[in-house]
Amino acid sequence: MRFHRDAFLSGVRDVAPMMLGVAPFGLITGVSAASIGLTPTEAIGMSIIVFAGASQLAAIALLEQGAAVAVILLTTFMINLRMAMYSASLAPWLRTISRPMRSLMAYLMTDQAYGFSILRFRRDPDTPKREYYLGIATPLWFLWQAATALGAIVGTQVPEDWQLDFAIPLTFLALLAPAVRDRPGLLAALTGGVLSLTLAGLPYNLGLVLAALLGITAGTIAERFTTATTSEDAS
Amino acid sequence: MTYPYYWALLIGMMIVTFALRASFVLLQDRLTLPPFVRQALTYVPQAVLAAIVAPALFADSSASLGGVLDVRIPAALLALYVAARSKSVLATLGVGMGTLWLLSYLANLAT
Repeated sequence: MRFHRDAFLSGVRDVAPMMLGVAPFGLITGVSAASIGLTPTEAIGMSIIVFAGASQLAAIALLEQGAAVAVILLTTFMINLRMAMYSASLAPWLRTISRPMRSLMAYLMTDQAYGFSILRFRRDPDTPKREYYLGIATPLWFLWQAATALGAIVGTQVPEDWQLDFAIPLTFLALLAPAVRDRPGLLAALTGGVLSLTLAGLPYNLGLVLAALLGITAGTIAERFTTATTSEDAS
Repeated sequence: MTYPYYWALLIGMMIVTFALRASFVLLQDRLTLPPFVRQALTYVPQAVLAAIVAPALFADSSASLGGVLDVRIPAALLALYVAARSKSVLATLGVGMGTLWLLSYLANLAT
């Protein structure tokens, strides 16, 4: 299969403005890794092996709290569940691509790679899928590696009284705020947050998992109620 | 080596993450998501992020920090306000860290 350079470059152009947001996030992740005592090698290893921003930051926060490995893995699972949705949504467009290439594309999957690709594929179904997707995903991969590595190296030089570990919860706050778009979402967040605080005493940070599950349940039930009232209003 | 199971953890995280990313892309014809799962998935980010952030902010286990521990709460509340208004990571970090540093400095002066 010929490599369509134009489609690749078109992806690169589309993703360029996103770099501005990803670079600081990568730096923070690297600095956070250093702030909990991970060496640059360990931090860079995480970025290459896992390559998932929010889960990396969550793993760092949980390692600091002394969470069990199983709890960190469960958290990784929950944070990345949305990737299964992306995967389901992209799958029909990628049927003709070879299995090894699809595996590489899966490894490189990010919010941006999915978001840009699905929009482009729907608007212009003749787009060379593999090239456009890689045009989005590859620059992000390199940027992520560079930014986290730089953060991890610089972070070890920062004195402890700067309290840079506080950047971890702050970044999660900044990710959380735009995710709360409606009342069920707010209820899910409040339930998750309050219960997690209440259950913080449970062993292995199991409270986190329990609180998250109950938060998801609360949001889902609240949505049922909201849609039920709306349809009653409509009738 | 601060965390003994670190590299095993990374392999585990890779397996979990890759399985989710590759799920439908590799096995599309054999998998479908039931509607209630799709609906529940929309609330995963809010619930999980809040569950991670709340104890990290309000029940910090590093009690040895002493006086510093208290100043994290006002800094976090102000940062939450900025996060909700601006939806910007950099603004949230700037205000949160700035407030923390200022309050820590003041707390040190007082003691």
